[in-house]
Amino acid sequence: MSKSSLIKSFFIEIGELTYFALRFFRELISKPFELKALIKQCFAIGYKSLLLVSITGFIIGLVITLQTRPTLEEFGAESWMPSMVSISIIREIGPVIIALTFAGRIASGIGAELGSMRVTEQIDAMEVSGTNPFKFLVVTRVLAATLTLPILVIFGDAIALYGSYLIENIKGDVSFQLYFNKVFNSIAFGDIIPATIKTFFFGFAIGLVGCYKGYYCDKGTVGVGDAANSAVVFSSMLLFVLDFIAVFVTDLFFET
Amino acid sequence: MTNTGNIQKKSILKIKDLRKSFGDNHVLNGFNLELFEGENLVIMGKSGSGKSVMIKCLVGLMEPDSGSIHVLGKNLLNLNQLELDALRINIGFLFQGSALYDSMTVRENLEFPLRRHKNKFGNLKDTTPLVEETLKSVGLLKAIDLMPSELSGGMKRRIALARTLILKPKIILYDEPTSGLDPITSKEIIELMRRVQKQYNTSSLIITHDVDCARVISERMILLVDGVNYAEGTFKELEAYKDEKVRAFFK
Ligand SMILES: Nc1ncnc2c1ncn2[C@@H]1O[C@H](COP(=O)(O)OP(=O)(O)O)[C@@H](O)[C@H]1O
Ligand SMILES: [Mg+2]
Repeated sequence: MSKSSLIKSFFIEIGELTYFALRFFRELISKPFELKALIKQCFAIGYKSLLLVSITGFIIGLVITLQTRPTLEEFGAESWMPSMVSISIIREIGPVIIALTFAGRIASGIGAELGSMRVTEQIDAMEVSGTNPFKFLVVTRVLAATLTLPILVIFGDAIALYGSYLIENIKGDVSFQLYFNKVFNSIAFGDIIPATIKTFFFGFAIGLVGCYKGYYCDKGTVGVGDAANSAVVFSSMLLFVLDFIAVFVTDLFFET
Repeated sequence: MTNTGNIQKKSILKIKDLRKSFGDNHVLNGFNLELFEGENLVIMGKSGSGKSVMIKCLVGLMEPDSGSIHVLGKNLLNLNQLELDALRINIGFLFQGSALYDSMTVRENLEFPLRRHKNKFGNLKDTTPLVEETLKSVGLLKAIDLMPSELSGGMKRRIALARTLILKPKIILYDEPTSGLDPITSKEIIELMRRVQKQYNTSSLIITHDVDCARVISERMILLVDGVNYAEGTFKELEAYKDEKVRAFFK
């Protein structure tokens, strides 16, 4: 594909995704609600990611602390470790890395699941029986991703901080109480609120892109793989764009 | 229509001059069809001749480029979403690959449409009797708690039929009901289709390229060639045609 047609198809995709998002909101507010399916999806999506998020969070905590410590030691500033690490994890590293792993797990999962339902005509079968597949499949999944990612990020952040504490405890002999006292003294609502708000948007984007790719999956055997694959690529890209916007907006409102 | 026996019968489905192209691929080029109450109409065509495209236009899964479609007295192409969904309850659709919901058990597959049509079925507290009754009529009550992945091809087809029957449709559209099945299972499915037709008092439009299926079940046939109705008549009439394109079906 030439460069210009690549850019063109990117904007077409953005347009179609926007249309898909509008349809989501339209169907979200119209009755009936698929409450049972929503709860099932929340559980499936949240539970599926729990182990992954725990491991990712723990390693983030270990690595950041190990990497930062020598530099701070050089300046004799090890006592700043807890506040520095907690701020960077909570503001930026936790949300972004955990959202990326979530995208890898959930966007591809949803893309493949809905894609294979499209290819095997299950979505058509729902439509033909006069039921609303968009509501049952898409609305529940997007909503579940939007609601569960923030919880997972908070959980992952906590585990990351615990990992960081372990290193501090081993290397610097810092007690649990001292470490977390310092953490809670240094983080403010101005760190937590914007970081949590942006994870709702991340979750929404991941669910939406996964559903969009799966729902409009091409027929044929390669279609499902393509849907899963491009769902991850597209949603990860979108995450960085959203993160940039979030940081920009936060800077305007919170940093004065 | 040429067939004199149908004059007093009520027309419940009528397609006029249906056209549909995908780019340069002109699939349907003015297809006509009329289905009468209580009859079995078979559409035969080679694979890739546009049978599935035609039948998908009939339930609003695809939009034709031009032409008109009337189902149960309603102009299908003028309906809004609510009216279309209401009409769809009366049209059963059996997909070529069964299209069972593979994340749900057989019971949930049957309940799925039921629970979402409270207008027609009321607020069913207990759907079990209806589900069991329907499964019994396709002879698969024992499969009620199985997952689709645990079923054979023939069983899937039966469950898919049960899933359409549970809505008590007036018309059933079959997209290649015997494709991918061995000859014995095919015969069983055809037998079942005939039995169900009597029990539920439905009219059927059956799409197939299987001559044996057509011989047994058809009361009237239309051959779909090059996107138009190439020939019409009973199985016997068509079998006697001298035309080469018609002969090719009966070889
Ligand atoms: N969604 C689609 N997009 C493009 N072409 C299609 C689509 N659906 C069907 N076709 C084309 O229409 C023709 C008829 O297909 P189909 O109706 O599935 O054949 P069959 O008679 O075997 O059921 C085929 O050439 C197919 O490639
Ligand atoms: Mg077909």
